[in-house]
Amino acid sequence: MFILIVGAGRVGSSLARAMLRDGHQVSCLDEDSESHARLEIGLDKSWEDMGGQFTVGTGLELEALEEAGIENADAFVAATDGDNTNIVIAQIAKRRFNVPTVIARILDPYRAEWYEQQGLHTICPTRVAIEMLETEVKEAATKTAGGT
Amino acid sequence: MYVIIVGAGKVGWNLGRELLEKGHEVTLLEKDRRRYETVEQELEHSIQYGDGTELWVLERAGISRADMVIAVTGDDEDNVLICQVAKEKYMVEQIIARVNNPRNKQWFDLLGIRPVVSATDLILRLIEHEVPKYGLVHLLDLEKERLEIIELLLGEESPVAGQRVGDLELPEGSLLISVLRGGTGFVPGPETVLEPGDEVLAVLDPGVEEELKTYFGPDGG
Repeated sequence: MFILIVGAGRVGSSLARAMLRDGHQVSCLDEDSESHARLEIGLDKSWEDMGGQFTVGTGLELEALEEAGIENADAFVAATDGDNTNIVIAQIAKRRFNVPTVIARILDPYRAEWYEQQGLHTICPTRVAIEMLETEVKEAATKTAGGT
Repeated sequence: MYVIIVGAGKVGWNLGRELLEKGHEVTLLEKDRRRYETVEQELEHSIQYGDGTELWVLERAGISRADMVIAVTGDDEDNVLICQVAKEKYMVEQIIARVNNPRNKQWFDLLGIRPVVSATDLILRLIEHEVPKYGLVHLLDLEKERLEIIELLLGEESPVAGQRVGDLELPEGSLLISVLRGGTGFVPGPETVLEPGDEVLAVLDPGVEEELKTYFGPDGG
């Protein structure tokens, strides 16, 4: 499968490496050329030698998206640090380029929920953190209540 | 009319002031604390501090009863998102978005965000208008009404110069609405004789532009 990831921060770069290791074709697009170094954390060879692709640019630039190979992408992941950027570029990938699988990382639970309802596949790490904390705290509360 | 303006930069601030002066109810939203404090000194309760791309901030500003939402932040992604949720989630009747980078206009179009205002486009329009090299200037698109208004400059060689307006055989779906001559404008009647150097405004159905341009012949440039 050919995966295009926009935003090679902690999340994007880790995902990119994992997918490459699993034998997929991976292309990363990031506005910061320094992000290339983050992709190579823990690798013995360079990102390109491992078969990865890296393009400098933003997900709003048509030329950058095309250079990164969006036209052939089977999956598109919007993982920049901006919710609004992710929401907009995910919709571009879907509507303009008809990428079959489009996933957007959205930190704000409310925006994530509404766009999910509109048919955008979203991942909300904040929601996951809230649920985990809730479970842990409730468990602790039960123990405390049981102990007294 | 109740108007929410997101972004209290130079554009948003002045727009807010003008609309307040015209008697409208206005709420400006600004996410930069210092900028908010500056504008608040003048506009007081008409500005709220907060990120206008957050749904609860829009809700606190009363977006559900807003007649118009104007997104004029310096970030095109933010302007797209604000207008998208205003229109599709909160059913706001009228939205206006600012495009900062003209190359992003295609994404506003793709996501159905219109009308948009782009400073680059406006200046370009002005150049076309001020520099008479262009014989035909596209002045206005009335999208809903499916009409266009254009301006034509009559050159020395124009076959219509010297003709009575009543004798013109204008393409179907076009009408002359005014003539600018020697610095003044007037509405032409059938007896008006067109002269070289006249600037003629015409209203058209879409697609008639080329035909009308051909009929008016070479321009003065």
